[in-house]
Amino acid sequence: MTTTGLDGAQALLKCLDRQGIEIIFGYSGGSVLPIFDALETLDTNIKFVLVRHEQGAVHMADGYARATGKPACVLVTSGPGAGNTISGIMTAHMDSVPMIIITGQQVTWMLGKDAFQEADIFGISMPIVKHSYLVKETNDLPRITKEAYHIATTGRPGPVLIDIPKDVSQNPFTGELDQEMDLPGYQPEKASKFDPVAIQAVLDALKLSKRPVILAGHGAVLAHAEFELKTFAETLNAPVTATLLGKGVFPETHNLSLGMLGMHGTAYANKAIVEADLIMSVGSRFDDRIIGQADKFGRNATIIHIDIDPAEINKMITADIQCIGDAKAILVELNKRIQRLDTDEWVNHLGGYKNKYPLSYKMHGGLKMQHILDELYNLTEGKAVITTDVGQHQMWAAQFYKCDAPWNWITSGGAGTMGFGFPAAIGAQIGRPNETVVAVVGDGGFQMTLFELATAVLEKLPVIILVLNNHYLGMVRQWQELFFDNRESGVDLHGNPDFVKLAEAYGATGYNLKRPADVRKVLSKALEHKDGPVLINAEVAKTSNVFPMIPAGAALEDMLIEPPKTKLPKPVGST
Amino acid sequence: MQQAADTVTKIDAEENKATTAQHTLSVYVSNKPGVLARVAQTFARRGYNIESLVVSPGRNDEFSRMSIGVSGNPDMLDQIIKQLMKLVDVVHCIDHTFDNSVVKELGLIKILCSPDERGEILQIAEHFNCKTVDLTKNSLILMITGDSDKIDALTEMTSNFEVIELVRTGKVVMARGSSTT
Repeated sequence: MTTTGLDGAQALLKCLDRQGIEIIFGYSGGSVLPIFDALETLDTNIKFVLVRHEQGAVHMADGYARATGKPACVLVTSGPGAGNTISGIMTAHMDSVPMIIITGQQVTWMLGKDAFQEADIFGISMPIVKHSYLVKETNDLPRITKEAYHIATTGRPGPVLIDIPKDVSQNPFTGELDQEMDLPGYQPEKASKFDPVAIQAVLDALKLSKRPVILAGHGAVLAHAEFELKTFAETLNAPVTATLLGKGVFPETHNLSLGMLGMHGTAYANKAIVEADLIMSVGSRFDDRIIGQADKFGRNATIIHIDIDPAEINKMITADIQCIGDAKAILVELNKRIQRLDTDEWVNHLGGYKNKYPLSYKMHGGLKMQHILDELYNLTEGKAVITTDVGQHQMWAAQFYKCDAPWNWITSGGAGTMGFGFPAAIGAQIGRPNETVVAVVGDGGFQMTLFELATAVLEKLPVIILVLNNHYLGMVRQWQELFFDNRESGVDLHGNPDFVKLAEAYGATGYNLKRPADVRKVLSKALEHKDGPVLINAEVAKTSNVFPMIPAGAALEDMLIEPPKTKLPKPVGST
Repeated sequence: MQQAADTVTKIDAEENKATTAQHTLSVYVSNKPGVLARVAQTFARRGYNIESLVVSPGRNDEFSRMSIGVSGNPDMLDQIIKQLMKLVDVVHCIDHTFDNSVVKELGLIKILCSPDERGEILQIAEHFNCKTVDLTKNSLILMITGDSDKIDALTEMTSNFEVIELVRTGKVVMARGSSTT
């Protein structure tokens, strides 16, 4: 079918629509004028959400994808518009989140001439995208759109950027809307064909194990492997721990769940890893936050690494058995041939650790973040969609808000991007309009993207913004206290605005929460509020610290379960 | 002459096998804008220095061939190869270091020399099967092809003269027999 009468921008939107893109988060500008005009002139099923800053748009697309499993599109202008997307794209790339970012660009004949709002975003973004395009021909737009969607959503997902010069989107489109992809170097379908020898090796290793631990990561979530994982763990009677991004893929209230492992994971998960004779990772990349000192991690265990991305194998940890492929497909295959292991003693032993080292907090000494999160968990019965920012509140949310289902826990893991939580919650709420979405944020991170209150108000989203306000960059302050003689440097956020008044200024509702006795009341009030966004400013204890803690680069067995009595040496590991 | 060339090739192969720190990769890529930058970045990000790089069109002009010479930690290189394979525009990436492939380089050496010195230089040139591709009253350019060690040897042998420029193409590699490069 040769299409006439469309311009490049209209052809682009038609293709995105046909691909199934349902939503575009964006911000306009000169070089995307033709595309913004096409949003008005073309009748599509795509909803457009105007944000207040391009970083917000990317985090919203990210939150949308992590809440729905579907990719969204980001549309921004050239130069600074494109530049502002960078931390958002990096966040999505680190956590394998699919999305398509469309950036406007100067006209093709001005490329490289330092024209107004020209930025080489194709070059700037290269290390933080799964793939990218600089479109030179209007008639290539359908092929590129199709490829971008395919690349973003298959294999190990990730962000794909399409840079479109203004003349390319403005010129008449005279090509075919149906075009074949041309990707000879991209074969994600290989992942569904796993190696039977590797499967057999996994089965043989499992049979010998008396103390197995399954380590579930984001890959298991992305593969929709929750059912297969539960069957696998229950059939074997093997305990399961999860990474920060794997939370919920195995029910955290399940008897076999050990909760999160790693730097601020549960004591029992970390102890299980130290004592295990077999560690089987399903879709985790053995991130430095979970392995601590790499050469000590699982040194007495057989390590099985299941991953869709061959480049993750032997990157951090040398695996004894590697199994490359889709987590779900591999678990389906394994589930056909496994039987219960002799692990009753092991499970009971770990149950002992659970009783001895439970996650806990003290009710005295002011309002505690843990208390609020614990109560939030109870009131929502663990069923809310939770997004977080980065820092102490994130770790406590991971510890105290237990997830029994995947796709409900949205946090910036790899990149640790402050400012992520609130816009991600907007994206999640748009994707799941009838569910409770709570952005758990700190006073630091919230102020990095709080202007999206305007977006949330205009879209009438009943998102709850829980600002756990300790007037500090708490996690950095904690490190300064523990490792730098409590010399506070650049962490005191005195001068925070009145967040309730701020919410009200944007047309949202705000509540203050100051006393432990009011936690349930204020949270309930916010949860009942369905008329637009509601913010809770919780004035929490200023100097609490997150435990358990494994200092960066230390081995898991060197975990601190409670505050140390003596001064600690500075951590040698990664940040 | 043919026989002599074969002998040289065999010697080259054996020498190549012995050098384990030096790796020779062949990367077959879609001929798309930015692909060289993506490949180069994959090395640069991990602090790896590319020692030689040859890019040329493939038999089919939709593809290009990169022959890359690098040296360094084998575990890290293994990781880089996997990361290269991950690039959407990379069709395949093969490490030819240990497979006895044909690895060749071309070098040009410009030497300033008086007519008195010329005879000795040409004698050395003949020994290395060089061609004289430029000759003036007080200079000449030698062209040499072969494996990298052979070019190193010529450089060494001519170092007593006034060498003013040396240009090497970098290694090109091709797998033997029916193996894929």
